[in-house]
Amino acid sequence: MKHTISVLVENKFGVLSRVSGLFSGRGFNIESLSVGETIDPDISSMTIITRGDDLIIEQITKQLNKLIDVIKVTDLMEVEHVEREMVLIKIAPAKGDRPDALRITDIFRGRIVDSGPKTFTIEITGDEKKISAFVEMMKPYNIKEFVSTGKVAIAREGLKK
Amino acid sequence: MKMSGAEILVECLKKEGVRHVFGYPGGVVLNIFDVLYDEKDLDLILTRHEQAAVHAADGYARVSGKVGVAIVTSGPGATNTVTGLATASMDSIPIVVFTGQVPTMLIGNDAFQEADIVGITRPCTKHNYLVKDVKDLAQTVREAFHIASTGRPGPVLIDLPKDVTSGMCDFVWPKEVNIRSYNPKYEGNKWQMKQAAEEITKAKRPVIMAGGGVILSGASKELKELAELTKMPVTVTLMGLGGFPGTNNLSMGMLGMHGTYCANMAVQNADLIVGIGVRFDDRVTGRTADFAPKAKIVHIDIDPTSIRKTTRVDVPVVGDIKQVLKEIIKNLKETKEQWGAVRKSWLKQVDIWKMERPLDYEHDNKIIKPQFVVEKIYELTKGDAVICTEVGQNQMWAAQFYKYDKPRTWLSSGGLGTMGYGFPAAIGAQFAMPKATVFDIAGDGSIQMNIQELATAVINKLPIKVAILNNRYLGMVRQWQELFFNERYSHTNLDVVPDFVKVAEAYGAVGLRATTPDEVEPVIKEALKIKDRPVFMDFVVDWHEKVYPMVPAGAAIDEMIFGEKKEKKQKFDSSQIKIA
Repeated sequence: MKHTISVLVENKFGVLSRVSGLFSGRGFNIESLSVGETIDPDISSMTIITRGDDLIIEQITKQLNKLIDVIKVTDLMEVEHVEREMVLIKIAPAKGDRPDALRITDIFRGRIVDSGPKTFTIEITGDEKKISAFVEMMKPYNIKEFVSTGKVAIAREGLKK
Repeated sequence: MKMSGAEILVECLKKEGVRHVFGYPGGVVLNIFDVLYDEKDLDLILTRHEQAAVHAADGYARVSGKVGVAIVTSGPGATNTVTGLATASMDSIPIVVFTGQVPTMLIGNDAFQEADIVGITRPCTKHNYLVKDVKDLAQTVREAFHIASTGRPGPVLIDLPKDVTSGMCDFVWPKEVNIRSYNPKYEGNKWQMKQAAEEITKAKRPVIMAGGGVILSGASKELKELAELTKMPVTVTLMGLGGFPGTNNLSMGMLGMHGTYCANMAVQNADLIVGIGVRFDDRVTGRTADFAPKAKIVHIDIDPTSIRKTTRVDVPVVGDIKQVLKEIIKNLKETKEQWGAVRKSWLKQVDIWKMERPLDYEHDNKIIKPQFVVEKIYELTKGDAVICTEVGQNQMWAAQFYKYDKPRTWLSSGGLGTMGYGFPAAIGAQFAMPKATVFDIAGDGSIQMNIQELATAVINKLPIKVAILNNRYLGMVRQWQELFFNERYSHTNLDVVPDFVKVAEAYGAVGLRATTPDEVEPVIKEALKIKDRPVFMDFVVDWHEKVYPMVPAGAAIDEMIFGEKKEKKQKFDSSQIKIA
C-alpha cells in the first residue's frame, strides 16, 4: 500500500543521502521524495512516498527514526492530511488546437507561465488524481516536457482517522 | 588559551577516559601523531594495517565495555577501516574511529589520498561526521562518544581535514551532550513488561533466547536471576555466549545453524520464546516461517527496529535489558508461583534432548581432531581465558566445545563474519586486560588475513596464544561444497600454507606445532607458560572434520544434519516428540 511519510530532519549536509541510502540499502522503495527548509532554517522537511505492507512500513518508519539526524517521522496514512504536487507541462499543440488546450487548462485552474510561438508552459497544482487527469487531457496536445516537484503533504488539524 | 585541533583532539580523548588508541600514521594525520609523540597519558599502539587497528579497538571495547578508539590517515587508511566498522556495526560494538582527510579546500578535488569516507561509511556506522571547523571539534568528539556508547551501541567515524587539526581555537569541553533527535529509550513500557511476566507465568514450555544485548547491557546477573527464579532453560546466540553461564544446569548452549540439538529442539517445541537482546537473524531462526511454530514470542531489545524485523512478536518490550529484566523479575516474584513444580516435566524433556545428542565427535588416536584442541584449551585454561575467534569452522568449534561462564570473554565477529578479526581483536583484548590469558582460535585461512599483526603483538610483548586449527582448507566453505555442491572443492584447498612455526619465529614470536593428539596438551601447556610474546600453535588437524549439527540454509532449525557416525541427513519431525 502507498504511504506518505513526513520526516523532519536536521538541515545538515549529507542528511538526504542518509535517508536515500537507507531506502536503497534496505531495499525499500521510494516513489517520490521532496525536501525543503522549514520556517526554522535548522530543520528540513521531507515528504517521502513509498509502498509496502504494514511490516515494511513499520520498518521504514523505525529505521528512519533510528537515523541520528532524524527528528520526527509521521506516517500521514494514519492521519487526515492534505497532499499537493505541482507540475510544469510544456505542450506544442497543433495550430487549431491552441484554444482548446487553453480552455482545458482553465477548467483545471492551471496557469500559463510561458508561451512561445508554438508552445505553452502550464503550471498546475493539485493532488495526484487531479494531476493525472490533467496530464491525460493534455496528451493529445503534444506534451514536449514534463517536470514535477514530487508531493508535499501536511496533516490536517484536529482530525484523526 | 588557544590550542591546535590536534591538541584539542588529544585533550578530548583524555577527558573521555581513553587510555589506548590503535592507529596508523599518514600524511594528513601528522599533526595528531606529532602531539601524541609527547603524550604520557595516552598510548598509541601502532598496528601493521588499519583494518587491524579498528578490530583491535573493537576487541578492546568488547572486553572492557569502554569505547575503543582508532586513528588512521585519509584515503587508503580510511578505506581500510571499512571492514572493521562494518564488523563493529553488525555486532553493536562502541568504537570511535578518526580518519584524516585532505584540507577542506581540497575536498572534492580528487586530491592525493582523498576518499569520501563519510559517504563510504554511512551505511556501516551508527553515525559519522566530517568536521569542517576546528571550533566544532570538541563538541563533535563528545557527541561521537555519546552516540557510540549509548542506546544500541555502535561505531562512529569522525573525518578530520588536515586544516582542522592544524587550526587554532580555544578549547571548551562541552559539559553535556544534548542531541534533540537522539534519545534512546531505556525504560520499558510498564504494561508490556507486565504482559511479558504474565506470558512467562502462563507458559508450560518456555525458552529464554539470549543474545549480545545481554552482554552490552551488563545484564548477565539479571538474566541468571530470571532463569533460575522461573526455571526457564536458556539458549544463547553466538553473540550471547558468556551472557549466561555455559556450565549452568539450565544452559542448553547455542542455537541455530550450528546450535545444539537440545537448544534447537527446545525452541521448536516451546510454547514461549523470551528473546532477550537478540535480533532473530537468519543463522538463528533458519526458515522463519517454521521458527518456534508453537510459541508465543516475547522480544526485549533496546532497538525498536529489531522488533518484528524478521519474526512475528507477540509482546515487544523496547528498553535496556538490565532495567527491563529487573522489572519483569519484580513482577514475577509477586506471583509466588511454584516454578520448580510447574517446569519439572519441561526441564526433564530438555535433559532428555541434552543426553540424546550432545555435541560430540569421534576422537582419534593418530590424527588431531580440531574439536579436541578446543576441549583441551578449555580444560587447561579451566575456562578462565578470553577467547577470540576467526570465522568459519574454527569459530563454530570454539563456540561449541568451550563453555563460556562469564560475559566479555568471547570475542567473535558474529554478524559480519569477518575472517581476520580474531587476532587483532585479541591484541585489543590483551591491552584492555593485560593479565588475562587471551587466545585466538583460528583457521589456517583466517589467520593469514591479518597475520602481519604478529609484529604488533611481538613489539608490545603481548602473550597472545594463537591456536591455528590447520586443515589446509577454507574448511567451512569446503564443508558446504562437500554437503551441497557434490564435493566439488572449487578454490577452497589452500595448497600452499606457510610454515606457521617459521612465520612466528621470523617475527620474533614463538612457534609450536602438534601433529598427533598426544602432542596437543604439551603444546598448549608450553604456550601457557610464555608471558612475554605471542605464540603460534600450529595444530595439524583432520581436514575431513565438519561442524555438526548443521541446519542447511533455508531449513527449519530442527532439520539438522549430523555427522557420519550418526544417521546421515536425518530429518526430525518435531511433532512426533511427545512432551509430558
